[in-house]
Amino acid sequence: MNKQLLHVSVAALVLLAALIVSTTYWQTWAVGDLADRQDNSIQLITRLTVDRGKILAGGRVLAANVRHRKHGLTIFTRRYPSGSLAPQVIGYATEAGTSTGLEQSLDDYLTGANTNLTNTFKEELRRLGNQTVHGANVILTLRPAVQALALQQLAGRCGAVVALDAKTGAVLAMASSPTYNANLIEQPKGYAKVLKIKGSCGDSSALVNNATAGLYPPGSTFKMVTAAAALDSGAYTPSSVFNDPGYCIEYGQHVSNAGNPDQNGPEAFGNVTLAQGFEHSINSVFCNVGKHIGGEEILKYAKRFGFYSLPPLDTPPSASQASGLYKNGKLWTPKDNFAIDSGRLAFGQFNMLATPLQMALVAATIADRGVQPKPYLVQKIVAADGSTVAKTTPQMLGQVIKPQTAAELNQMMQLVVQAGTGTTAQIPGVPVAGKTGTAELGLGSIYDAWFVCFAPANNPRFVVAVVVEKQPNGFGASVSAPIARAILEKLLGR
Amino acid sequence: MPLADPYLLPMAALLTAIGVTEIYRLGPAGNAFRQGLWVVIGVGVFAATLFWLHSDYRALERYKYVFGVTALVLLFLPRLPVIGEPINGARLWIHIGSLQFQPGELGKIALIVFLAAYLRERREVLAQGRLKDWGPLLVIWGAAMLLLFVTNDLGSALLYYGIFLAMLYVATARISFVAAALGLFLVGSFAVAQGTPHVRERVTNWLSPWSTHPILCPQNGQMMLRQNCQSYQEVQSLYSLGHGGFGGTGLGHGIFTGTTGKQVIPDLNTDFIYSALAQELGLVGAAALLLLYMAFVLRGFRIALAATDGFSKLLAAGLSFGFAFQTFVIVGGITRVIPLTGITLPFVSYGGSSVVANFLLVAGLMLISHRANRLEAGA
Repeated sequence: MNKQLLHVSVAALVLLAALIVSTTYWQTWAVGDLADRQDNSIQLITRLTVDRGKILAGGRVLAANVRHRKHGLTIFTRRYPSGSLAPQVIGYATEAGTSTGLEQSLDDYLTGANTNLTNTFKEELRRLGNQTVHGANVILTLRPAVQALALQQLAGRCGAVVALDAKTGAVLAMASSPTYNANLIEQPKGYAKVLKIKGSCGDSSALVNNATAGLYPPGSTFKMVTAAAALDSGAYTPSSVFNDPGYCIEYGQHVSNAGNPDQNGPEAFGNVTLAQGFEHSINSVFCNVGKHIGGEEILKYAKRFGFYSLPPLDTPPSASQASGLYKNGKLWTPKDNFAIDSGRLAFGQFNMLATPLQMALVAATIADRGVQPKPYLVQKIVAADGSTVAKTTPQMLGQVIKPQTAAELNQMMQLVVQAGTGTTAQIPGVPVAGKTGTAELGLGSIYDAWFVCFAPANNPRFVVAVVVEKQPNGFGASVSAPIARAILEKLLGR
Repeated sequence: MPLADPYLLPMAALLTAIGVTEIYRLGPAGNAFRQGLWVVIGVGVFAATLFWLHSDYRALERYKYVFGVTALVLLFLPRLPVIGEPINGARLWIHIGSLQFQPGELGKIALIVFLAAYLRERREVLAQGRLKDWGPLLVIWGAAMLLLFVTNDLGSALLYYGIFLAMLYVATARISFVAAALGLFLVGSFAVAQGTPHVRERVTNWLSPWSTHPILCPQNGQMMLRQNCQSYQEVQSLYSLGHGGFGGTGLGHGIFTGTTGKQVIPDLNTDFIYSALAQELGLVGAAALLLLYMAFVLRGFRIALAATDGFSKLLAAGLSFGFAFQTFVIVGGITRVIPLTGITLPFVSYGGSSVVANFLLVAGLMLISHRANRLEAGA
């Protein structure tokens, strides 16, 4: 019997050895996969035991924690002291583990998982010692006072305001309206309440960051891009002469200037220069520019300005949309010039859609002599012990247009505010450069009103882009330019 | 028992200590106290058995049918209407007042004694394969299997079948029997899986515990992902292993309760105590625990090899293999080597019947080793 006994004992030991192998698999090889599973309750609870870092801006706390003791566990839940100030940017992190906005994209920093080596080591020791792990605090570039003013100016209308530091690309304000209180999300029925907020336009979602994900027809603000293409390619100079009969001929049809409500005064300007066409936002001039240089050339410059790609921002990629031509709700790249209505594209109609951040970046490029700054929201990340984990150094994304072109565009934009369509943005003693936009929506006299500007024009410090959605008889000049001026005045300390 | 194997009892004591420690850690405090009490009873039963059978345990051989019937009765008890109670779809507990008892654990020992005696007596004839000699054995085995499927206690069915196969092989040296019986088992379990939703569910949970689309959850009639319903326990237990990782969280630092105070893994201190230990002690601790089981099994088989008579050899082999296979069924289920079936981890899991049965097992092995060593010393 002894032979069989040996066989059976070997079989028994092999079975037990197999258990060591299988346990090894789950406790080493599969650990990462298991931790990433959505339904991993242990991971979820572990997350809650971390004292998540604060999110601060301009000395104000935008996201903090409440400490609870529950069933022998110390857990932390999120609280947003300035709940409705910038919820679309900050986002939220819930007890159930869902997160959006910076709460999502900066999660590794906020939970202390991604800091420098010394800190990681220190927090790992705390974890082993069953002490609370402290995440790093995030300090944003936002200026709460400017942000609050922007929301106050939008006053519940749908739209967005973006303010950038012209020299660095730091985002000083990123207001999206309608807004909601982030503290509502975790309250009973609170999320449903948030979903019901639609703004005065009736169909905007408070959860969407209109500044980065709101796609609006840019209207005449797109003339900045067309003019850049016209001048930079060498096809035109600011003093190139056009004859404006009050319309432009597109595919054998008259495209009338009258459709452009930015334009005050006579419907037909007669002989004008390109600069004057920009100043008075004359559609026929730009229509002819577009027909001459072609839609592909305009799109080539648009792409250089950042259209057709997501803006490089600290928020999650899902919170941004790329600007560009859209067809059936999707970003669309036409095969050739014949697929593009070049004349209409030149003054920002056709299928062109742009985000307020994208238009702010166009203005910032012009302000910075043709170089585009990289926008950023995170100023600094500071570990729980006060040591700096990361600090953003301003970066330039590259030379988009020649410095000469930028200087010419700067001049033309100053003319807009001095004597053109944007006089409502004038600030006494400060030269302002800007461009109005009143985008047709095919809804009669309801327009999306734009104003994009920077100041002081001779030494640009701040860039502001404003869009207010679906305004009845609301022109860029009458609705958005005054908002932009108020923001600029606040930024300039006036 | 001066000549008994000196390693078995310390190893059993160490496993028991690990179990009581983890049960105390998981709480509530009453559980550890009750387990401690059961350990005292188990040691009492252990001492009584040694005392009672110290002259010659082989007398048991004469009462083999008593053991066979006892095994059946113990298995049948949970089906009785008043004292039986279904837990998790399986009827394996009996209730007498506030006392809960899993008679199947003791039934296991009785069955091993019966099989050892019966196979010793009939092994030559069995090896010839004459049909009439198979009768009583097949009847008892068949009845046991049937009862187990009726009570839905798959873990024990698997365990008994494994023990039966191992002992049959030791007795007859016929690998073809083992192969035939294995084939029979596969066919049988496939048939059972078709007919019993409980069994089919276990197999599905084993093959694909995570579903990407919601499926009907029988517990609440809603559409849910499988990992949130049927395979919840298995999947959360794997997360527990993963959270422990190589080094573990440290004893007392594992996460087992949610923010609502609900236990993340149900049945943590009985069937899933291995998940709790693996999280807190990590791979290092879990592997050490398994090595301890291996050492115990190794000693058991050495005793079987040293034994001089067929009954002792078969008994020691049955007890040792049963011990090893029970560990394999539960830990293999937790680590997805085989479908998960609820069964206790010997000496470590919370539960009185399990503790008592395992101390009986140690007593048996010690009696056998004492006799073998005494004969050797005498010769």
